[in-house]
Amino acid sequence: MTTPLDHIRNFSIIAHIDHGKSTLADRLIQTTGGLESREMVEQVLDNMDIERERGITIKAQTVRLDYVAKNGESYVLNLMDTPGHVDFAYEVSRSLAACEGSLLVVDASQGVEAQTLANVYQAIDNHHEIVPILNKVDLPAADTDRVKEQIEEVIGIDASDAVPISAKTGLGIADVLEAIVNRLPPPKGDANAPLKAMLVDSWYDTYLGVVVLVRIVDGVMRKGQKIRMMEAGATYEVERMGVFTPKMVELKELGPGEIGFINASIKEVADTRVGDTITDERKPCAEKLPGFRPTQPVVFCGLFPVDAADFEDLRTAVGKLRLNDASFTYEMETSAALGFGFRCGFLGLLHLEIIQERLEREFNLDLIATAPSVVYKILVRDGTVLEMHNPIDMPEVTRIEEIEEPWIRATIMTPDEYLGSVLKLCQDKRGIQADLSYAGSRALVVYDLPLNEVVFDFYDRLKSVSKGYASFDYHLTDYRPSDLVRLQILVNGEAVDALSMLVHRTRAESRGRAICEKLKDVIPPHMFQIPVQAAIGGKIIARETIRALRKDVTAKCYGGDATRKRKLLDKQKEGKKRMRQFGKVEIPQEAFIQVLKVEG
Amino acid sequence: MTAPEPGFGIYVHWPFCAAKCPYCDFNSHVRHTPVDQARFARGLAAELAHAARLAPGRTVSSIFFGGGTPSLMEVATVGAVLDAVARHWTVARDVEVTLEANPGSAEAERFAGYRAAGVNRLSLGVQALNDRDLNRLGRIHDVAEARAAIELARATFDRLSFDLIYARPDQTVAEWEAELRAAVALAADHLSVYQLTIEEETRFADLHRVGKLVVPDADLGAELYEATHRVLDAAGLPAYEISNHAAPGAECRHNLVYWRYGEYVGVGAGAHGRLVHGEGRHATATEKNPEKWLRLVEAHGHGLITDDVLTLEEQGDEYLLMGLRLKEGIDLDRWEEISGRTLDPARLADLEANGLVEQVREAGRRRVRATLSGFEVLDAVVADLAA
Repeated sequence: MTTPLDHIRNFSIIAHIDHGKSTLADRLIQTTGGLESREMVEQVLDNMDIERERGITIKAQTVRLDYVAKNGESYVLNLMDTPGHVDFAYEVSRSLAACEGSLLVVDASQGVEAQTLANVYQAIDNHHEIVPILNKVDLPAADTDRVKEQIEEVIGIDASDAVPISAKTGLGIADVLEAIVNRLPPPKGDANAPLKAMLVDSWYDTYLGVVVLVRIVDGVMRKGQKIRMMEAGATYEVERMGVFTPKMVELKELGPGEIGFINASIKEVADTRVGDTITDERKPCAEKLPGFRPTQPVVFCGLFPVDAADFEDLRTAVGKLRLNDASFTYEMETSAALGFGFRCGFLGLLHLEIIQERLEREFNLDLIATAPSVVYKILVRDGTVLEMHNPIDMPEVTRIEEIEEPWIRATIMTPDEYLGSVLKLCQDKRGIQADLSYAGSRALVVYDLPLNEVVFDFYDRLKSVSKGYASFDYHLTDYRPSDLVRLQILVNGEAVDALSMLVHRTRAESRGRAICEKLKDVIPPHMFQIPVQAAIGGKIIARETIRALRKDVTAKCYGGDATRKRKLLDKQKEGKKRMRQFGKVEIPQEAFIQVLKVEG
Repeated sequence: MTAPEPGFGIYVHWPFCAAKCPYCDFNSHVRHTPVDQARFARGLAAELAHAARLAPGRTVSSIFFGGGTPSLMEVATVGAVLDAVARHWTVARDVEVTLEANPGSAEAERFAGYRAAGVNRLSLGVQALNDRDLNRLGRIHDVAEARAAIELARATFDRLSFDLIYARPDQTVAEWEAELRAAVALAADHLSVYQLTIEEETRFADLHRVGKLVVPDADLGAELYEATHRVLDAAGLPAYEISNHAAPGAECRHNLVYWRYGEYVGVGAGAHGRLVHGEGRHATATEKNPEKWLRLVEAHGHGLITDDVLTLEEQGDEYLLMGLRLKEGIDLDRWEEISGRTLDPARLADLEANGLVEQVREAGRRRVRATLSGFEVLDAVVADLAA
């Protein structure tokens, strides 16, 4: 039996990292009896270690809560936990599209942050009803009036009846549940129409295989039904379906407005497309749902094993990760300096970091990541357009008509005392100011910036100039022509492909100089002198010299103790394995990482 | 210079010192109650008997008493060890018997006794020829005592060497050159000249870490090293090893056994050996704590705590590590036999192009040897070749 529409509420929670989204979710599950208290683990929804540690959600998850309201009626509340980061903006938009309302959780002492802002605007775009929640009102620093005012000013929604809570102590949780029932609209849908459902997300589970999260829009989905994924053009049979409470409960059918999971012998997550429309194979719906967009990686980098012998392990690991994350792409790459590895594409920088961290942590691999690169469009003289993912693929300069690079619109919120430094940083990064406004003592800065500058070290710099107080969010806007050059780094006279990058002509010299200086510090002295140069085309624009090793010899051997010397030699040999032989020079992996952190 | 057979050496470790020097990380221990020397002598003899069962039939070409401070050994203890060696092996007619001694007056009284027991070469730990630096190095003797000990040793023994340590705090090239010339005037035909090295877990390491001990940097270290070569070459004492200088023919034969990667027995607490028997070349090491060593020897007839058969790669690495320390370098053909590998010709050529090694052919054998520049960065050269 499916739930009547007016007894369903589908909602998501929008919050900045640390503002209490997971704690509130836990509290709602506990209060409605989804889990016995002995079953509660802190932050039930964040499954992966990385999610728990970083306080971010990577995959959308839902929990179905059964709630008896004060009016005596039983409701089904579907809590959709959305990915909380800009890199997953499209996934967020689909999760939001599966709900009718949002709880906007704001820390009552911290106020609204940039990331919250982007998500709340998306919710508004999805016609959500929004209930503001002020969390941590029990803390001495809480200033509910100021934060309410800020919500109204910055976001432009009425915050007069914001619900004051403390997710930690449980204060106000009952009010939140009532607000969900009374202030959020029920879903709409037609149970008699042909099946129309949205593929909200999918993931790989060791026991269940590929799990697909669906929101039924019209019609009823039943166990055993032949379904069709309209974008992917594939047909499956629903083998198992149900909901998470958060325990898995199997059901025979899901009706309009309901959110649940299905299993359908789908081999890989890559076979599913977030935002796809699922319909009945024999009696399909007439139109697909709006808003589908294929996922496109925007940031690329090469990942290589530190020890070349680990290549096969890396191949297995990226394959396994891809099973669960189809937005991450990879193809084999060979580098003269780094050997065999993979050129990988990511939704953004955070996504890159997460994948790299998972590879290192879950698969125990030591990796070298090359400089992240964005996708450049190169207009070649013969009229063709190349999409370039790797600076080493850049054609001869004489063949290039024009290079275009991707731009973003960045939203930054900062306490006003750091505004000057934030503006300077944006200007340094070739930014163009689009807007600047104030909300209380916080400034809201909107800048158009080249993504190329942001992937370099923007996050770190922003954090350091604002002592960690500024928050940042962005979305891709367009491609713009740019005067970009390929900066090459030559070590001992030979170009190191893994260190080459595209930079704006006006930045090339200072960055080249900064990189040479950094490499001089991180490449250990060899038995000969090593020139380190930066070049554009054939022209050297910066040079440093690493002096030859002057003295490195054990003065005395103790009474024929060759063992001790041999063990030292073994250590040296082990160290050499972690270096990359380039020409006659060994470059430590650290050099590749350090070059990314160069300011200039 | 063709390399003769490496020979067969006996190393005897005496693990006691009157005081621990702040730079020393060797196996030495200070005891405040008298050591039962007769008991230790029986222990050493037992270990020699054990080694002779494993490696019989050798002809002993050198015996070396190292430490610690072997000049704290009573003459009878030294004599008992030499007797035990002679019981188990043939001893070469021209055997070299070296004993390391502190240049203190107490030790000097025993010089004649050592000579009578069979010691024919003395190695004195002089370390510096000025009292300020001796004091800083934590030595318990002064220059006057050192000079007296040198004089007496020259009169007593056929052969004499002494040690100096350079790259001391505040040392200049000019001061060092003057000190070396003074040393040459005192020396017979052999000098060991070691760069001060800050070893972990020494008092100097602690002082160095907190900035209370500043030693010359790599540049000055190299200049001092080059000055050493200049002065001693001119004095007819060229380097035959990284830190050892001798008139031709006066090289320490015992140390050549190590560097030519020959066979040697190590007895006493914390001694190392390399013996070929059974499955191949064994690397041995004994218990480092003297009393524990004694108990092990008394219970089992030996104090070995390590007895590993070396792989071909390990043997190749050791021959490279030891052999390239010598001016004469390594015999490449022998290295290939030992390791079962070939040295990468491209790497050799690079090192040669950088002036760090040279390849020569002597008596039909290919040799690789380090140049002076190569000596200065030998650890890196070896790592490059061994990788």
